[in-house]
Amino acid sequence: MGSIPKAAPATDSGDIKFKAEAEYLRAKASWRPYELVFWLLPIAAYFLLPKQLVLLSRVAVMGLFALSLDLILGYAGIISLGHAAFFGLGGYTAGLLAQHGFGEPISGLVMGALAAGILGFATSFLVMRGSDLTRLMVTLGICLMLMEAANKMRWLTGGADGLQGIAVSPILGVWTFDLFGRTAYIYSMAVLFLVFLLIRRVIRSPYGLALRGIKENQRRMQALGTPVTRRLVVAYTIGAALAGLAGALLTQTTQFVSLDVLSFDKSAEVLLMVTLGGAGTLYGGIIGGLALIVAQYLLSGISPEYWQFWVGIAFIALVFLARGGLVGLAQKGVAALSRGRGARAASQGG
Amino acid sequence: MLTVLFDGIASGALLFLLAIGLSITLGIMNFTNLAHGAFAMLGGYLTVVMLNRWGISFFYCLPVAFLAPALAGVILERAFYSRLYDADPLDQVLFTIGLVFASIATASYLMGAQHQIIQVPHFLQGQIHVFSGFDMGTYRLFLLAFCGVITLLLHLVLMRTRFGSRLRAAVDNGRIARGLGINVNRLFAVTFGVGSGLAGLAGALGIEILNLDPVFPVKFLVYFLIVVAVGGTGTVGGPLAAALILGIFDVAGKYYVSQIGAFVIYAVMVAMLIWRPQGLFGKKAVR
Repeated sequence: MGSIPKAAPATDSGDIKFKAEAEYLRAKASWRPYELVFWLLPIAAYFLLPKQLVLLSRVAVMGLFALSLDLILGYAGIISLGHAAFFGLGGYTAGLLAQHGFGEPISGLVMGALAAGILGFATSFLVMRGSDLTRLMVTLGICLMLMEAANKMRWLTGGADGLQGIAVSPILGVWTFDLFGRTAYIYSMAVLFLVFLLIRRVIRSPYGLALRGIKENQRRMQALGTPVTRRLVVAYTIGAALAGLAGALLTQTTQFVSLDVLSFDKSAEVLLMVTLGGAGTLYGGIIGGLALIVAQYLLSGISPEYWQFWVGIAFIALVFLARGGLVGLAQKGVAALSRGRGARAASQGG
Repeated sequence: MLTVLFDGIASGALLFLLAIGLSITLGIMNFTNLAHGAFAMLGGYLTVVMLNRWGISFFYCLPVAFLAPALAGVILERAFYSRLYDADPLDQVLFTIGLVFASIATASYLMGAQHQIIQVPHFLQGQIHVFSGFDMGTYRLFLLAFCGVITLLLHLVLMRTRFGSRLRAAVDNGRIARGLGINVNRLFAVTFGVGSGLAGLAGALGIEILNLDPVFPVKFLVYFLIVVAVGGTGTVGGPLAAALILGIFDVAGKYYVSQIGAFVIYAVMVAMLIWRPQGLFGKKAVR
């Protein structure tokens, strides 16, 4: 994690300060070569791995879900044990709409995000009320409450059997969802990319800087005059809405939704994705999602207990061995390489 | 009515025994230990194995259900937890979730996913008829007495012994306690062991009531968190009151409004949070 940028001393006149800040943000916002390569990969995958598109759509959906948690966890610093609440709510919203004949996908996504965003906004005040421990309790409790509600309202959600008979109409009236998952893949990747652009923009705005400041030192930000609670409420609401979007996307691309999307395991899984990739690194969530889903795919032949055991071990190993996640490891690797190169150059020069 | 109240108090007492260890360890080190329920589960499963497979008497099982999780707690504390004292809360959460998952997987691999059933000793079965409309389950009465004795013991240890006063000092202000020469780390290890042991004991006692199965640590996680967050740390009274309130509301909710019974505890949680965000008796809440 970098520290808060020293834009300009606060004693300077406001004009200079703002100019420096704007310049800093612009420099931050420019695209790096590795970012372009990263986003070329999904296009390449479409042509190179045509048999794995269903799996890769799932990666996109879970990557989106992880991205939404990263905003809350990695940037705002709120630990949530119940992020699946929003994922599930979005999923059920889109599913119920499609089941009742409103199968238009884009509006389904919007409605899913809206429902989750409203829940996120409403519950954010409870989440903000307490310490870390109370936050764990509240986030977990809200998710369990939704799960219980979905389980009890069989007439609406189908209970443990899941929601059946979801029919999604063609995207923009043109592209139908095909059996091979081509449309689903392009659709979910496109949504992921658009949301990524949005989050990238948000965290590189002055608002994003304020969030990082809050995460690093809440009291100082308060003293600087930042309305801390309001900033966190906004972050939590956006994160919730985007999780709802991811849930809606999952429902639409798989044409099915069940209680599983609201489970504690889902919340833990997404937490693992974000931290495995590297919290607060923007790409970490997507990379973690990819790693976890591919691992799950490769190990799917083994019994579920086995999988769960190794997920547990992964959590523990992550804490003790790979703090900062895969992206953190990569950054360390790059730093070590360039240091080595620098040392070699110095020794050759001398 | 009285029966429901009685059942609620009994399950509240059990909940207290389950969560008290978490409350104390959290108070000392501010360590977010989400794996507390795994120790309770260990105690429960040991009892099931000893009682059902080896035919050992229930009363001999209980000490083992205390000692084995306590030992496991001390070992894990020394090996892993102690290295995360000053870590980010996120690290503590991740590590303990990892423990939860590994323990769930191990339990379902070894014991299967079904609910475990045990036969409690004959004289603890049945009901005691007090007057018409008020029956007390014998086992619940035993449970209440047992938990009452332990609560009293805990209170005495905490308030009347040197160990207890050190413990309270560490909970109130760890840095100053350290400065006064109290070995807070060792204190924590001991407390962690005892807390895990108590959880294990409660896990064994609760097989009859709580439906022991492999997802136990997750199923009761929110109960633990509520007891600790609402009850505050450093006393016996706070968590006890929180656990009793939770137990009574939970049982009453499931009995009277069974359709929405499971929501009652969440409603209690939200109400508590709005009414007393600092905890029930807390001058300052768990940070």
